[in-house]
Amino acid sequence: MNETIRTLLAKLGGLPVSVDTIANEGDLYAAGLSSFASVQLMLGLEEAFDIEFPDHLLNRKSFASIAAIEATIQSILEDRKVA
Amino acid sequence: MDLSAKPQETHLKSRAIRVATVAAAYADDVDKAGRFPREAIEEMKAVKLMGIMIPSELGGEGLSTSEIAEVCTIIGQACASSAMIFAMHQIKVSSLVSHGHEAEWHREFMRRVATEQLLLGSATTEAGIGGNMRNSICAIEVKDGRCYLEKDATVISYGIDCDAILITSRSHKDAASSDQVMTVFLKDQYTLERTQTWDTLGMRGTCSDGFIFKGEAPAEQILPQPFAEIAAQSMLASAHLLWSSLWYGIAVDAFARAQNFVRAAARKSPGTQPPGLVQLAEMSSQLQVVRANIVNGLQAFEAARKDQDRLSSMGFAVAMNNVKIASSEMILPIINQAMRICGILGYKNGTPYSLGRHLRDAHSAELMISNDRILANTSTMLLVHKQETGLLG
Repeated sequence: MNETIRTLLAKLGGLPVSVDTIANEGDLYAAGLSSFASVQLMLGLEEAFDIEFPDHLLNRKSFASIAAIEATIQSILEDRKVA
Repeated sequence: MDLSAKPQETHLKSRAIRVATVAAAYADDVDKAGRFPREAIEEMKAVKLMGIMIPSELGGEGLSTSEIAEVCTIIGQACASSAMIFAMHQIKVSSLVSHGHEAEWHREFMRRVATEQLLLGSATTEAGIGGNMRNSICAIEVKDGRCYLEKDATVISYGIDCDAILITSRSHKDAASSDQVMTVFLKDQYTLERTQTWDTLGMRGTCSDGFIFKGEAPAEQILPQPFAEIAAQSMLASAHLLWSSLWYGIAVDAFARAQNFVRAAARKSPGTQPPGLVQLAEMSSQLQVVRANIVNGLQAFEAARKDQDRLSSMGFAVAMNNVKIASSEMILPIINQAMRICGILGYKNGTPYSLGRHLRDAHSAELMISNDRILANTSTMLLVHKQETGLLG
């Protein structure tokens, strides 16, 4: 999952730096992730993992770092298992 | 000392009305000369409105955004430029209250704002960023505990007349353009070299000239949170809500003038329906929509303040954008209709029914943060955010 997120981030994130230089906990907004690019990234993630981000997870915190994105997706997949 | 809530509210209204009375007396001169409304701002300071949002333990009154919004509406009915300066000041205070309460320097500064009634200015726009204040070109430099900043600020509203400026920049010289901080500079810590003059259609008293800003201050004056968080959690929402409140004030005053016009005609010929009466009913309905939209936005903001995740959520951002779009677009036809009712007496300056200033001031609403930009921003979010389908949420 980490790899897929990194690939999509490189493709859609529009970051001025290489994704390889960003730590899992690194702040993506400080690295230059714009609000437009973050939405493109969300769309890419929805397609790649066949999920939909519910509105309550559409906030800055959920997409603030690669680790946060991983946790966000994980929680959606967990909820699906329960349901 | 009266400690019950209601008298304080009335007390706040009576202070706002005192300011509005002074603002109204000078509104036409301020507009004509394009000058700073110093009489109204001095009255704001005299009745101690500058620090009302600051918590009481720091010398303020801890009032809510809704209470500040009411003041904006009252002053907006008298002089939109004065109300806009008041609103912009309070938007800066809201950033300090929300994001500066843990930093000792900023707590002390809030105390000063309340006791000395300081007027805060804002410098978020810059030449070359294409109007997107979430990007900066200039960067703040920190060396040996001091910070240095130079910014080509295309607009600093009432820059010459404010007592301190809150200014955005990149957080360091290698930072991405969106990696911003906001810093407080006191009047004796910066120089302003005027580059552009504010000679505009409306809102002429805000004196929003352009300047080269050069400042030097202790580095502790940089707000600790990233500007991205300040913008999302306090600045954009309070700007949209307070601006909308004063725009509503412009429209309400236009309505009142048209209503006075129709009533005067009705009194002259009782028994017949005066022209413009039906249009007045239509305007009343439109005004109610504008008002309900703002009040709903204020309630959403007060509710979200308790929840950081909600404040930085897409749903909240969309809601605040929608408040701004609707109020800025709806006031124009209302004021226009008022002018049609008042006819030539509305078109002429210097009559009790004059509406030229109202109409010109109101035209700024769609442009300050361009509605096209806001709609583009909302439309991007709608690719993932889903529309609320319930009535009560």
